Amino acid sequence: MLCFQRQSNSVNEYDAIVIGAGHNGLTNAAYLARAGLKVAVLERNPYIGGATVSRELHEGWTYSNCSYVCSLLRPEIARDLELPRHGLQVVPYGGGVTFMQNGDIFGKYPEPERRYREMQRHSRRDADAWQRYAADTMKQTRLIRPFLMKRPPNPTSLRPGRLRELAEYGAAFGEMGEAGLADTMRFWTKSVADYLEEFFETDVIKAHLAGSGIIGTALGVYSPGTAYVLLHHYMGDVDGNVGSWGFARGGMGAVSGALAAALQSYGGEIISDADVGNIMVSGGKVTGVALRDGREFRSKIVVSNLDAKRTFLDLMDEGDLPQTVVQRARNFKIRGSSGKLNIALDGLPTFNGLDKKSRLMVGDFHFHDSLPRLERAYDDWKNETWSKDPYLDLLIPSLFDPTVAPPGKHMMTVFVQYAPPKINGREWTDEDKAGFEKSVLDQISNYSPDFRDLIVHCETRTPRELENEVGLTEGNIFQGELTFDQLLFNRPFPGYAQYRGPVKGMYMCGSATHPGGGVMAAPGANAAREILADLREPNVVPEGYADD
Amino acid sequence: MNPHQDEPIYLPTAFHSRQQQHNLLHAWGGWNGYLKPEAYTDIELEYFAIRSTTAVFDLSPMNKYRVTGPDAEAFLNRVLTRDVAKIKNGRVGYCIWCDDAGQVMDDGTLFHLGDNDYRLCSYTRAYEWLYWSSLGFDVAIEDETGTVAALAVQGPTSCTVLTAMGVTGLESLKPFGILEVSFQGQTLTVSRTGFTGDLGYELWIDTSAGEALWDALFAAGEPYLIKAIGTEALEIARIEAGFLQAGVDFVPAETAVRRGCTRSPFELGLGWLVDFDKPRFNGRKALLAERDAGSRYRYVMLDVDGNKPAHHSFILQHGKVVGTVTSAAWCPTAKTNLAFAQLELPADASLTGLVAEIYYERELRWNKVLAPCVAIDRAPFDPPRRRQTPAPAL
Ligand SMILES: Cc1cc2nc3c(=O)[nH]c(=O)nc-3n(C[C@H](O)[C@H](O)[C@H](O)COP(=O)(O)OP(=O)(O)OC[C@H]3O[C@@H](n4cnc5c(N)ncnc54)[C@H](O)[C@@H]3O)c2cc1C
Repeated sequence: MLCFQRQSNSVNEYDAIVIGAGHNGLTNAAYLARAGLKVAVLERNPYIGGATVSRELHEGWTYSNCSYVCSLLRPEIARDLELPRHGLQVVPYGGGVTFMQNGDIFGKYPEPERRYREMQRHSRRDADAWQRYAADTMKQTRLIRPFLMKRPPNPTSLRPGRLRELAEYGAAFGEMGEAGLADTMRFWTKSVADYLEEFFETDVIKAHLAGSGIIGTALGVYSPGTAYVLLHHYMGDVDGNVGSWGFARGGMGAVSGALAAALQSYGGEIISDADVGNIMVSGGKVTGVALRDGREFRSKIVVSNLDAKRTFLDLMDEGDLPQTVVQRARNFKIRGSSGKLNIALDGLPTFNGLDKKSRLMVGDFHFHDSLPRLERAYDDWKNETWSKDPYLDLLIPSLFDPTVAPPGKHMMTVFVQYAPPKINGREWTDEDKAGFEKSVLDQISNYSPDFRDLIVHCETRTPRELENEVGLTEGNIFQGELTFDQLLFNRPFPGYAQYRGPVKGMYMCGSATHPGGGVMAAPGANAAREILADLREPNVVPEGYADD
Repeated sequence: MNPHQDEPIYLPTAFHSRQQQHNLLHAWGGWNGYLKPEAYTDIELEYFAIRSTTAVFDLSPMNKYRVTGPDAEAFLNRVLTRDVAKIKNGRVGYCIWCDDAGQVMDDGTLFHLGDNDYRLCSYTRAYEWLYWSSLGFDVAIEDETGTVAALAVQGPTSCTVLTAMGVTGLESLKPFGILEVSFQGQTLTVSRTGFTGDLGYELWIDTSAGEALWDALFAAGEPYLIKAIGTEALEIARIEAGFLQAGVDFVPAETAVRRGCTRSPFELGLGWLVDFDKPRFNGRKALLAERDAGSRYRYVMLDVDGNKPAHHSFILQHGKVVGTVTSAAWCPTAKTNLAFAQLELPADASLTGLVAEIYYERELRWNKVLAPCVAIDRAPFDPPRRRQTPAPAL
């Protein structure tokens, strides 16, 4: 019997290799596999998902260890890759509370009637100003949404096709009219505080809304550019309701799980415990990757799901790269500023001033009642320490999702702003981590007397853990700051915003590319479209839905 | 501090306990944060109460702003497009207001209640807008939405019913006039106003006296076949009378998102409310420019052939789409098929040859008719009793 023995390296030969099984890497690979390519995703961790992950660290409780709420995930992709069939369900949630130092609360009800009256209780003017604010943010959102599922134009290219893309952007701005354009320019460059001051007079209302402007960002509420970050949190939708957020049933890992199942249904492979150490280049072309354990995988296409710093400075030899790329990768702004606590609770905590049966219990909780207090939380970051009075975005998903905690028990997710990548210029220590954790637990305990006693287990993640365990440089949750200098055709940097790297066959598909961070899947899908175009394969990546 | 308790989503108005007794359909909806009956028993009968007996509609949820102070008139003249000085003490004026771009923010009614004392009723929440416009004026603005209860009492026997209830001097009250009487120790303000195009009045009273007022009104009205009506019946009546509805026939400028979706007064056929003799009011500059350059849209009332209401229809002229319908109804009293349309046509364009493309369904079968339309100047329902003083009794 003739026995044909494949050579070992031919087993490791692929049409395309994706480094990293973050949700964008999985999306990218799924589209390449669907187009008929032989694809492997190499993931350093024993589990997939990157920052879109669910893990059971304490028996009976499932955490969304990093990202915790879903809105940005492009519906075009969810539908096209049949993510619902592969197990994804996103349940919308709404509303929020800011607990105030004077014992009062501000409850942002999801229903307009109660929201209006509650705002009116704090300020009659602000209650009315909401309609103006809602219309204005919607205007800005509508400008950016059509470009989420498109590659950014290249403003330096004069080729006709490229000019057409640029003209599309121009037209979108033109549609706003002169006054609208001026507003937009101001919006994209101003601080979230300045933006909110244009509408509201009440401290707690401004502070409540300002949180979305600083999440994941090493800037304060008074820093220019934070108004855009607010928009980044408004531009998603759940079932067409722009600005809505939802919970993925089973935690955010359900997103990656469904993407992985889609990928596998197209014949793609996921190889975990595969820590890539090097993107191999020969003669100006990519030839494959080498793992740190010595294994090699060959491919003419290598796509990196990692941020721009890791991709260019860790995985590539600087000598293989143009000098500008090395320079720009070094200067890429990727400052960590956030941490996370995931808490298993023996029961539902009591919060001062809030009835346990209130509709508001299923909203997001915050504890900053003024903009100056938020700014002081940022001052700590600048002083290279964690905020002593940290801004929290706290939710109890178990009030929605019966799968994440045992019956009658609860799971709390606590996003924390700010935590610097280094403490006073040195690495985080375990004592620092304990101090960080304490500042968060104290903040919650200030408003919930029984909270501490209910804690069964707590996972605490400082930028150190986010960097080491998730692979996010400095712990920056968006793989790079979402400031105007790093958005659209400047993401990650000029000349490389269309997902192609400086070496033939090398691509980027992570949140460091347009349209940026968040569980959106758009970077992964957009990158696949470019790769298929370069391979002269028919496009299988959907266009964006039109907003009307 | 007590734990924050959730309020109901919709609050009851001052008349809620009474409305509940009448609302056999349990058809409740929301209006501006309050519970409102959409219909009580039968929309058609409710509609005919407006046109043949007396209909009672709770308009308490309407936004009401009290404007007082030495600069009240000057301030209102800055906000509203018409000349407020012409709305004399004891009179009510229909009015609109615009943003600086000359786009209509809302329409409403201004009540001149006393010296330097006005009430502005609006569809949108206007408190913040009024606040910003009031800077530099010596005025106080108070939101009376939750403290003043209001009932519209409309129909041919409405004067008789109110007189029977004890309101004196009503016969001589002219359209848009205001009368103050005493009701069980409270001031009851009666205005000869309404949204039905019929003889009718609106009653304004402190919320504490709401139930007593309702009871007295229905006791007096029973022999005259008084009936509580919901928003559905009112909707037919207001179309028949040719009244625009904010949020339906135009998008209030402050809530608009898409550029070009708002309208100027000229584009809504409300140019007569713009008084350029006033040296200063919000939107004046933009409106002057539009008056000279011409408007983009044109509002028309259409008499539509046939009996199928032209809901949401495209309007064609010579086979080309020139506009859309914003409101439409078969008018049961005027026996007219009426539609309000916005056309993208210059003011001097001919309005001949307009056709409404109407789709309607019968037992899952969709039909399409192309109904010729004729533009009309006046609403088809405009009875003399609406204007007669003294008001007729029956
Ligand atoms: C704490 C936190 C909270 C967040 N909250 C939200 C939220 O609520 N909603 C939201 O929409 N977004 C949120 N985000 C942002 C969002 O999660 C991320 O922007 C997004 O998940 C990034 O996805 P990605 O696929 O681009 O990259 P990543 O998820 O970073 O994926 C990169 C993958 O590459 C792997 N990898 C790294 N190095 C190597 C290597 N050398 N070899 C092989 N594999 C490697 C990593 O293990 C990882 O799996 C949050 C992020 C964090 C950290």
